[in-house]
Amino acid sequence: MIEKAIFYFFAAVLLLAATLVVTARNPVHSALSLVLAFFSSAALWLLIEAEFLGIALVLVYVGAVMVLFLFVVMMLDINLSVMREGFARYLPLGVLVGLVMVLQMLLVIGAGVVDLVPEEQVAAAGALDGNNIRLLGSVLYTVYVYPFELAAIVLLLAIIAAIMLTHRRRGDTKHQDIAAQVRTRKADRLRMVRMPSERDSDS
Amino acid sequence: MNFEMPQFAMAAPEIWLGVMLCVVLIADLFDRSQQSRLAFFLTQVTLLGAIGLALSTHWGVDRAITFNGMYVSDSLAAVLKVTVAGLSMVTLGYSRDYLRQRDLLKGEFYLLALIANLGMFVMASASSLLVLYVGLEMLSLSLYAMVAFDRDSRIGAEAAMKYFVLGALSSGMMLYGMSMIYGASGSLLIDTIATQAAAGDNLLLMAFGMTFALVGVAFKFGAAPFHMWLPDVYQGAPTSATAFLGTAPKIAALALFLRLLVDGLGDLHDQWQAMAVLLAVGSLAVGNLFALVQTNFKRMLAYSTISHIGFLFLGLIAGTPEGYSAALFYAISYGIMASGAFGMIILLSRRGFEAEMIDDMRGLNDRHSGFALVMLLLMFSMTGIPGTVGFYAKWLVLQSLIDTGMVWLAVVAVLFAVIGAFYYLRVLKAVYFDRLESPVPLEAPAGQRVIVALNGGVILLLGLFPDRLIEICRIALGL
Repeated sequence: MIEKAIFYFFAAVLLLAATLVVTARNPVHSALSLVLAFFSSAALWLLIEAEFLGIALVLVYVGAVMVLFLFVVMMLDINLSVMREGFARYLPLGVLVGLVMVLQMLLVIGAGVVDLVPEEQVAAAGALDGNNIRLLGSVLYTVYVYPFELAAIVLLLAIIAAIMLTHRRRGDTKHQDIAAQVRTRKADRLRMVRMPSERDSDS
Repeated sequence: MNFEMPQFAMAAPEIWLGVMLCVVLIADLFDRSQQSRLAFFLTQVTLLGAIGLALSTHWGVDRAITFNGMYVSDSLAAVLKVTVAGLSMVTLGYSRDYLRQRDLLKGEFYLLALIANLGMFVMASASSLLVLYVGLEMLSLSLYAMVAFDRDSRIGAEAAMKYFVLGALSSGMMLYGMSMIYGASGSLLIDTIATQAAAGDNLLLMAFGMTFALVGVAFKFGAAPFHMWLPDVYQGAPTSATAFLGTAPKIAALALFLRLLVDGLGDLHDQWQAMAVLLAVGSLAVGNLFALVQTNFKRMLAYSTISHIGFLFLGLIAGTPEGYSAALFYAISYGIMASGAFGMIILLSRRGFEAEMIDDMRGLNDRHSGFALVMLLLMFSMTGIPGTVGFYAKWLVLQSLIDTGMVWLAVVAVLFAVIGAFYYLRVLKAVYFDRLESPVPLEAPAGQRVIVALNGGVILLLGLFPDRLIEICRIALGL
């Protein structure tokens, strides 16, 4: 009973925060609402005893990604009012289309009896005991080693593509070439000039 | 969950590609030459090695499974992988000169192509929804980056953006469908899903998920009405990227279809057949009718791709192993034709000039009769004129359709193929009958000439002696 109440509370906060992410005028408010949304879903995960996922979500998304995100949003100073033009005008149509789609899916699914989760699997999931970090750890590098390694290559690809698309050597930046600085010789910097020495002619 | 030690040797092609892409990544750093010769050379060697490994590990194997049911090794995987790697080698060979002329020749292009190949290999022998999806994303992400490769081109950036957004949407659709299938069957493994589908548990939910998965597949194929991205991306991307994007990934999309909807949900064939008919007829109509009015050759090829995808779907609709092998044959021959067509665009272009309009083909016969001959073969093959591989591709598909009693669909397909002949022959008119006042002889590096000649030769050779390839496609589908 109390668990259900907690679930509905966090679910309501999550939905509210998610709505705020897309409706808030100020991008900083959007980012902060996203933090709230992540936090609420982490709480939901904790409720179904997936502690590891919940903690990872807080650590990785709230702790690292969103801080970076906020940083970027504050630095960029985007004027979103231009992008939002027509938002109110298209809103009713968008809501209508979304509602119709949800309704259609419900009609299809609701027309027949759908047994979402087979009973025996719920029982099997309940039989696994507690510590899900141990469970994850025991399958990640064994049963799921193939997709896990492939995911690593996808990350490598993301790094390569991002660097390739953003990095270029610009002519107008001043950067130090340490090796060139160390290699330099006297002849490169010092020019010996022969000129007549000056004398005080007055004295 | 019980863990058994995977048989790593079975995944030799993927492991080879994975190791070699790290080697190329590092080697390219130490390559002092401006043209990434080392990266190019290593990439081609890697792909050649992958072809050899795929043949030796997969060909003739009767559906062996490892990595706890996530990896499948069979003849189909061998055929798909050899085709993918072979087409990549050809298109990368074509694109070298194009990239050099535009100062885009960087090792990363080859690296992205290698990773895309790894993704396609993974899809070709995936036996789990998770692996299938990871392979698909690996392919898509590298393709987005390849389309955006020319950073200073506005139209290229626009194409990449469109491709990225629509690609993400289609991935979302597919993922949603996969989650429904998982919910219905309780497993990510294709084999378990197949048994569940055969047993008839939760069919409704499975069909619901299947619909979304099919939409995702159609997006990746570029079948109408999910074709919107194709013309803009083909036109906007650098031609070297378009050539890559338009060939091997189509084979990978077929792999996705065969693994997901045939291996996994083959028992739901009755339910996806009607949707596939819609996709096929829609693609044939949209592709052929829109191609008629194009003046831009790259856009015309994009719409012609859509119509070819429609034809390919006809083979899948038949739902028999014969139909699937016909679709496989169609995909392979389409890959060969498309690589040749984009190769011709690359050949005619030079620094600061894209030969992308049909008008740019004018008087090609006077400029270089050999290239004009290859162009003739390509266009004949795309039309489906006997003597070229395109004829047998269409013939096999139609035969499998008629065998399953869908004569009306075959009639529709032939009607649209006749319409299609118009715009292919219009290109030939420009090549042979339009004269230039002062034709400039066309020059191309020796390597490029060899690839073009080979490409044309293969089309002719397979058109005259298609038996071997037909046999290979039949064996791949277990016939």
